[in-house]
Amino acid sequence: MSPTGSHPPMFQATARVRRKQLAERAAQWFFGFMAAALIVPLVAIIAYLVVKAWPSLSWEFLVTNPRGGGVRGGIWSALVGTVYLVVFSLCVSAPIGVLAAVYLNEYARDNWFTRTVNLAVVNLAGVPSIVHGLFGVGAFVYALHFGRSIISASLTLAIMTLPVIIASTKEALAAVPMAFREACWNVGASRWQTIRGVVLPNSISGILTGVILQVSRTAGETAPIMLTGVTIYKAFDGGGFFLYAPTEQCMALSMHLYYIATQASGAAPSLPYAIAVVLLALVLLVNAVSIVLRVYLRSHKKW
Amino acid sequence: MSQNPAISIETRNLNLWYGSFQALNSISVRIPHGRITGLIGPSGCGKTTLLRCFNRINERFGNVTTAGEISILGQNIYDPGVSLIELRKSVGMVFQRPNPLPISVYENIVFGLRIHGERRALGRAALDEAVERALREVFLWDDLKDRLHTRATRLQLEQQQKLCIARLLPLKPEVILMDEPCSALDARGTHAVEELMQALTGQYTIVIVTHNMAQARRVTHECMFMLMGELLEHCPTRDMFVHPCHPKTAEYVEGRYG
Repeated sequence: MSPTGSHPPMFQATARVRRKQLAERAAQWFFGFMAAALIVPLVAIIAYLVVKAWPSLSWEFLVTNPRGGGVRGGIWSALVGTVYLVVFSLCVSAPIGVLAAVYLNEYARDNWFTRTVNLAVVNLAGVPSIVHGLFGVGAFVYALHFGRSIISASLTLAIMTLPVIIASTKEALAAVPMAFREACWNVGASRWQTIRGVVLPNSISGILTGVILQVSRTAGETAPIMLTGVTIYKAFDGGGFFLYAPTEQCMALSMHLYYIATQASGAAPSLPYAIAVVLLALVLLVNAVSIVLRVYLRSHKKW
Repeated sequence: MSQNPAISIETRNLNLWYGSFQALNSISVRIPHGRITGLIGPSGCGKTTLLRCFNRINERFGNVTTAGEISILGQNIYDPGVSLIELRKSVGMVFQRPNPLPISVYENIVFGLRIHGERRALGRAALDEAVERALREVFLWDDLKDRLHTRATRLQLEQQQKLCIARLLPLKPEVILMDEPCSALDARGTHAVEELMQALTGQYTIVIVTHNMAQARRVTHECMFMLMGELLEHCPTRDMFVHPCHPKTAEYVEGRYG
C-alpha cells in the first residue's frame, strides 16, 4: 500500500497513550525526587554540625588532650582511644568472621549444624548493642577478670561486629562464579586449594570492604563500651599515639561526646559539635578508603 | 587392571537419585578406550548426570544417592580407597560454558601440575615445556605463544574452550568428559573444537554430551541414546543414525521430538 494518499497518519498517540505517558513521567519524577531526598539529611547533618562546631575546630583541638575534666583542651586521647578499640576489635572479629564465613560458604553442607550456625549468626546480629555491653561486663570484665579495660571493650565490640562480617564475607564469596570452583575441582583440586587459589583472590575486595565498613560501626558505638572499658575522663601529660595499655581504661570519641553533651558542665557550646564532626570525619574517611580499595581491586579483576 | 584393556569406563546397574527423584535407572554400559562416545537424548534425560558420575563431581552438590558400580580402567571408583583427587586428575571435564580461571593462559595450564606436583619437581623449564606441549596438542600454540601471560578470560570463546581442554592434558588424563562443549561457540569455533576432538582420539577416551544431532553424527564413533534416566540404545554412531533399533531413538534422531 502506498504511504501517501487518503490514509490517515498511522501510529499516532491516542488519548489513552497520552494518559499513560503522563503517568509515566509523574512516576519517574516522584521516584527520582525520593532518591534525591536521600542526599538532604546527609548534607543537612554535616552542614549543621560544621557550622555549630566551627568556633572549636582547629588542628590544635585535634591533637591536644582534653583538660579540666574534659571540658577544655582538645580530643586527642579520645580519638586515640577510639582507634585502639576499633583496631583491637577488628583484629579479633575479622579473622574469626572471615574464616567462619569461608567454612559456611565453601565447606558446610546443608545439615542441622550449618543451619544452627546460620541461625546463631542471624540472631547475634539482632541483639541490641546495650545487651552486648551487659554481656561483655559479665563475661570479660568479671568472669575472665579482664576488668574494665580496652581488652574487655574490644572483645565486646568484636562479638557485636562478628555476624555482620560473616554476612558480608559470605556475600563476597557467593559472588565468585561457581564455574571457577568447578574448573578447579575437575582438575582434582582439594577444597582448600580451590579456596586459596581461586575463591579468595577473587573475593578479597568484597571481603575487605565488608570488614572496613565495620570500622565505622565500631567507632560510633557507645553503649557496649561504656559498660566495659571506657572512662569519661583521663588526664594525660604527654601526647603521642601510645597513650594506653590494653589493660587500662581509655577514652573514646562516642563516649566523650555523650558525656560532654549531657553530663558535663562548663563546656563551650561548640564542643560537642566539634567532637561529632571529628567522629563523623573519621567514619567518612574510613568509608572513602574502603571505596578506593574496592575500586582499585575491582580494576584488577575481570571475568 | 581390567580384563579387557580396551574398555575405559564400565558401569553396572548404575542408579542415581536426587533426593527421591530417580535420575538414572540401572545403566549398564561399556565405553571403549581411545574413542569418542556421544551421549544424546532430550533435555532432562540424565545425560549430564551420567557424565558427572564418571568423575564423581555430582557428589559436590549434595542430596545425591548413587547405587551400582562404575569402573574406570577396571577400578571401581566407588571403592572406599579411591581418592577423588586422583580420580579427577585422570577423568577431566570440559563444560558448556568455557570456564578458564581468571589468571594467565600459562597459569591456567600449569594449575593442575601445581596442585598435584611436588613444589621442587616444578622447575621453570618443566612447566614451560608442559605448557608448550599442551598448547600444541590443542592447536593453540601458534596463536598464543606470544600471549602466554594475558588473562585467559580475555581470549575468544573458542580459544577459551580449547584452553580448558589443554588445561587437562598435562595431568595425562585417561578420560575427558565434555558437557556440550560447543553450545556456546559459533560455527567456526564448533568446527575447530570438533577437529581438536578428533585429533585427540586414540590417546584419550572422550565422552561428549551433545544436543546437536549433526555434531553427534560427525564426531562420535559410538552413541548412547538416553530417555527418562534409562539407556535405550548404545551402538556405533552410523547404525544409530541409519537404522536405529528402538522406535524412540528413531523418532529422536530424526527430530520428531526433543
